[in-house]
Amino acid sequence: MPQIETFYDVMRRQGITRRSFMKYCSLTAAALGLGPSFVPKIAHAMETKPRTPVIWVHGLECTCCSESFIRAAHPLAKDVVLSMISLDYDDTLMAAAGHAAEAALMDTIEKYKGNYILAVEGNPPLNEDGMYCIIGGKPFVEQLKMAAEHAKAIISWGACASYGCVQAAAPNPTRAVPVHKVILDKPIIKVPGCPPIAEVMTGVITYMLTFDRLPELDRQGRPAMFYSQRIHDKCYRRPHFDAGQFVEQWDDDYAKKGYCLYKMGCKGPTTYNACSTVRWNEGVSFPIQSGHGCIGCSEDGFWDQGSFYDRLTTIKQFGVEATADKIGLTAVGALGAGVALHVAASALKRAQKKTQEKTEA
Amino acid sequence: MDERVINIHIPNPDAPIPLEAARLTGAARPEDIESIFLKTSVYVYEVPVRLWHWLNAAMIFILMGTGYLIARPLPTMEIAEATDQFLFGYIRFAHFAAGMVLTVAFAARIIWAFFGNVHSRQMFKLPIHNPRWIKELIFELKWYLFLVPQPKKYVGHNPLAHAAMFFFITLGMTFMIVTGFALYAEGAGQGSIYDQTFGWVLGLVGNSQRLHTLHHLGMWSIVIFTIIHIYAAIREDIMSRQSMLSTIVSGWRTFKDDRAE
Repeated sequence: MPQIETFYDVMRRQGITRRSFMKYCSLTAAALGLGPSFVPKIAHAMETKPRTPVIWVHGLECTCCSESFIRAAHPLAKDVVLSMISLDYDDTLMAAAGHAAEAALMDTIEKYKGNYILAVEGNPPLNEDGMYCIIGGKPFVEQLKMAAEHAKAIISWGACASYGCVQAAAPNPTRAVPVHKVILDKPIIKVPGCPPIAEVMTGVITYMLTFDRLPELDRQGRPAMFYSQRIHDKCYRRPHFDAGQFVEQWDDDYAKKGYCLYKMGCKGPTTYNACSTVRWNEGVSFPIQSGHGCIGCSEDGFWDQGSFYDRLTTIKQFGVEATADKIGLTAVGALGAGVALHVAASALKRAQKKTQEKTEA
Repeated sequence: MDERVINIHIPNPDAPIPLEAARLTGAARPEDIESIFLKTSVYVYEVPVRLWHWLNAAMIFILMGTGYLIARPLPTMEIAEATDQFLFGYIRFAHFAAGMVLTVAFAARIIWAFFGNVHSRQMFKLPIHNPRWIKELIFELKWYLFLVPQPKKYVGHNPLAHAAMFFFITLGMTFMIVTGFALYAEGAGQGSIYDQTFGWVLGLVGNSQRLHTLHHLGMWSIVIFTIIHIYAAIREDIMSRQSMLSTIVSGWRTFKDDRAE
């Protein structure tokens, strides 16, 4: 195996001081929810471990994950992570193109069999033999399977790779499926979001490189440290929710006062992500802070739940789109009418019977 | 020597054994038959069953009201600063508390089914393998569709009520308890006891909003059951051949006529 530089070597080469490096280590430890005792451990790992090769493939997607990733809020974190991983193949970021790029991919797979991490952005469409997404002249699904075969682990970046996102929304003409429906025999970490938060992405990679193992995952295969709580659980507008103070209309006084957006269809109570704690763009803001409800982009099938402004999933099973309340009210109304009719019929029958008995007597 | 014991409860030994339908569907015990020779009433619902019924009814009303308000909150109220106002929190608290009481009561009700009389077990099993039960179910359905002039006598639930009880309460309420605790587990947090016991439901449904929607639809099914249940109880009390409303208060089923079936 060729000699690969350690993370520390790379950072020093990039002109990062030892002091900055130690700052980064403490920051990462804090971001990952680790105690101060882990700081020297992270530093030690960075100083001694060779960089892990990463292959980053792109299926059906919009590149918003990459866009988010290269804007990682803490500049140092971005630099470090981008240099830390030996990003040997990423058709959007790499300088090489065409045959040279494909050669780099084959090279990396060959050289680091069983040791590289496969990061997947986007997902493979399966209809028409996968012809809806062609990479290097071949269906993406083939590239994905080939690259996955010798991967140590797979990271599913974003809602596309994790759950399918917009291209898998009904009626899903290309039959786009999330990565875990195609790759069945590898550990897969889902980092959903459209896009995922940059710090979450770098945090996941840093954890894997530092500890040489997958982070703790929840039931849906997401890193528990970022996806174990709902936006709602840590939302700064939560006191207004508990008080029963809601925005009733987008332009009302309550909206100006920053009340809870629950009635405006905020999906915070049903969305697992770190937006309300990590926030976006160097912790500047996140959707709810800017006055719009969460749309639940990191949830499974978020395009198929109906309007972004409705808190109940649209039910399409009855031919027309309806909400649970419409169906419930219709059923109760119909039942009420039925009961009323039944009461009338019962009364009529009873009256009839009584007259009959009277005439018989 | 005459083997037959002359029983004062049987004035006419040649008379047919009463309550044929109830007997053959497993809803009337020999003691019940014995009892109606003696008096025109049968002790059906024991104290724990009646207590559970009313507690359960109260909890369901609280849960329906607060549940609806959680999904469709009251208009914004500015009684105080958010720090000092906990209106929505109290509504949610009432919902959770009623849910807990309902669950514990339901568990106690299940345990009671092991110790209580045959009627305490009726709602937990559906004798669909019994062709006579199916026949009686159709008969009762016909009674509700005004196709037969006279209903039959029943000691416990009539087959139609039995089926409704099984689907809406035994299965329906179990569904509401399971989805309810799965939703509660989200707030209680990962690793909590609720998450460990009911967290798998969210994994199964895949999306919390879908889970909320299912729980919400479940509420409507309970509303539908409530309407049917109350209407049928009142109607049966008036039009059937046995008592209904007083039975769930006193436990005694009284019959209005002396005919055997």
